Amino acid sequence: MDPSTPALELRGLVKKFVRPAVDGLDLTVRTGEFYALLGPNGAGKTTTLRIVAGLLKPDAGQVSVLGIDALANPVAAKRDIAWVADEPMIYEKLTPFEFLEFVAGLWSIPAEIAEARARELIGWLGLEPHAHERCQSFSKGMRQKVALAGALVHEPRLLILDEPLTGLDAGSARQVKELLSERVRNGVSVILTTHILEVAERMAGRIGVIDKGRLIAEGTLEELRSRAGHAGGSLEDVFLELVARENDAA
Amino acid sequence: MSQFATPISRSFGIAWFGRHELRLFWRDWVSMMTAGKRGREPILAAVAVAFAVLIHMLAYYLVAPYAEAGIVPDPETLLMLTGGGFLACSLMLSQAMESVTRAFYARSDLDLILSSPASARRVFAVRMIAIALATTLLTTVLAGPFINVLAFYDGPRWLAGYGVLLAMGALATAFAIAVTIVMFRSLGPKRTRFISQVVSAVVGAGFVIGAQVAAILSTGKFSRLEIFRSEDIVAAAPGPASLLWWPARAAMGEGVMLAVLLAFGLGLLAAVIAVFSANFGDHVVAASGEAYESTRQRGRERFRPASVKRVLRRKEWVLLRRDPWLMSQTLMQILYLAPPALLLWRNFGDDLGGLLILVPVIVMASGQLAGGLAWLAVSGEDAPDLVASAPVPERAVLTAKIEAVIVAVAVVIAPLVLALAFAAPRIAAVAALGVAVSAASGTMIQIWFRSQAKRSTFHRRQTSSRIATVAEALSSILWAGTAALLAAGSWFAGPVAVLVLLILAGTWAIRPRQAP
Repeated sequence: MDPSTPALELRGLVKKFVRPAVDGLDLTVRTGEFYALLGPNGAGKTTTLRIVAGLLKPDAGQVSVLGIDALANPVAAKRDIAWVADEPMIYEKLTPFEFLEFVAGLWSIPAEIAEARARELIGWLGLEPHAHERCQSFSKGMRQKVALAGALVHEPRLLILDEPLTGLDAGSARQVKELLSERVRNGVSVILTTHILEVAERMAGRIGVIDKGRLIAEGTLEELRSRAGHAGGSLEDVFLELVARENDAA
Repeated sequence: MSQFATPISRSFGIAWFGRHELRLFWRDWVSMMTAGKRGREPILAAVAVAFAVLIHMLAYYLVAPYAEAGIVPDPETLLMLTGGGFLACSLMLSQAMESVTRAFYARSDLDLILSSPASARRVFAVRMIAIALATTLLTTVLAGPFINVLAFYDGPRWLAGYGVLLAMGALATAFAIAVTIVMFRSLGPKRTRFISQVVSAVVGAGFVIGAQVAAILSTGKFSRLEIFRSEDIVAAAPGPASLLWWPARAAMGEGVMLAVLLAFGLGLLAAVIAVFSANFGDHVVAASGEAYESTRQRGRERFRPASVKRVLRRKEWVLLRRDPWLMSQTLMQILYLAPPALLLWRNFGDDLGGLLILVPVIVMASGQLAGGLAWLAVSGEDAPDLVASAPVPERAVLTAKIEAVIVAVAVVIAPLVLALAFAAPRIAAVAALGVAVSAASGTMIQIWFRSQAKRSTFHRRQTSSRIATVAEALSSILWAGTAALLAAGSWFAGPVAVLVLLILAGTWAIRPRQAP
């Protein structure tokens, strides 16, 4: 595949429920990029990511994942995608080891390869002592780690994370951040939503700010600072300024 | 100072919490009946009135002829009333055990209650009284019309039946509390939860099934009422002064016996609450700890190669196998196969005509079983987004889940059909055909009406869709009828089959469109 092909390209994306949740969104995530999608509650972040993951169909627009038309060929697009929601999607009655076997099976990863990756992820995320315990007794942080391991076991090229650090303690959050950074260094593209702006500030190469279903600003932290007129300001200041301006303009 | 300070500081009374409990019970019930959709209350009221009229008509049809002639407390009447009382009591006990268990394990508001300065002892005492009232109320809905008809035609003395129901509700709740607490102390919270839920379900079905088994063994017929009319049973019944008849005689209006029964029931409930309520809070805390107990899974250390469909099927079976409560709930319908299995054993090699009765029972059970399992596999999927985001076509996922359901049904039903094949191959072939179409129909209805729900709400799966519930029941019943008629060689099987196909077509036509 051409390395210049974007990992994700959204054009004119529209999704309405009672009112528009996504309203003509254009967005591009480059290959090997860590992209943070920020926005106030109800801005359309999760709806956008669910459309990309193939969990919702848009009313209009185009979705291209690594050059594949995800609306015309969703199964092909999903092969390279992993989706991690803020509420961990795991099975209480399965162990992490069994869960990873199940996920690898869904993505048709050969058992030997999947097992080696699973063991590596279980070790990396500190789940070894609990690998053969049912998830029903796990804390939210541990469940989130299991879900993240499930997302990585099939080695996706585009990782979609919706508030992945919710419920994680400081140590676990650091483990996850290191894991994500390592994946990005290896060419994986990450698109992440978070309300923890420090995470976006430190990790994201580019940041998109979305409000009322539309992209209102995009760029590196420096570019956003300059656009908001907050040279040297924190991302929080920049974000609040950009959203306030948008609301004033509306 | 807040304007709410005074009312809140006064609010920890038993009456206040009792009102709160009853309000929750009422809203929970309305929500269950309306599937949580607003604006359906008038429809619910209309359905309730229609149900009341219908059940009064049924009661009239069944008991009015006897009531008009005047009912005397002869052994047969006492036996029938006592049997009916046992049936009501087994239903009450079943419901009370389920409610008491849920009171200890459901986390909904217990964290809030136990972290408040309110007395846990009082709170749980009120909760247990509320359970007793709810238990009595639900059985009264079914038994009340019979009491009303009897009172109308044979005199108001029969209204004493309501008092007997109240006494039985109190007794059933007292017994349920005592058994649950004793199990808690002796077996621990984890086992108690499972055993109590299974026992409550078995108790609920047990009396009906037991009466059928006894009827089969004593007379070879297949009616739960037969046993109460049997000459042997009537002859063996104790004399009219026996304590066994007190509830029946109280229901017929004998005041002293009613007073004794009420005093005994309510007194026992009060005593049980007084004895055990001091530790209710401790039990809840212990039960909450159970959720955090780790369950180590022995066995495989290696991944197994498998196709996507196999992976999905295996997951469904593992989840079902590891949830004993769900499995017991799902397989509970199989308990109803015990009487026909006994009939099969009794008739083996003798009168093959009796085996015809097996066909509708097996066909109906397989339809219900398939519907329940399909709900678990499709609507009760715990990680729907994970499966939907996998590179697997939706059709392949559904196919794998259907296969998982069909195999599970086959494992349960096939031994009976095979046993039948030895005795009557043609009847077995008809039964197998009926099982296949009934299970397929139950499964497809659940797929057409799939929604997202928690597996733990399985016992309320009918609230997901009333149409699906009714269609599943009609399809199971009518396929059972079709198979029975076909096995009997009746041409009427054809029209009944057409009717069930029309119902299925209608159900398919009004299925909800799945959200894109």
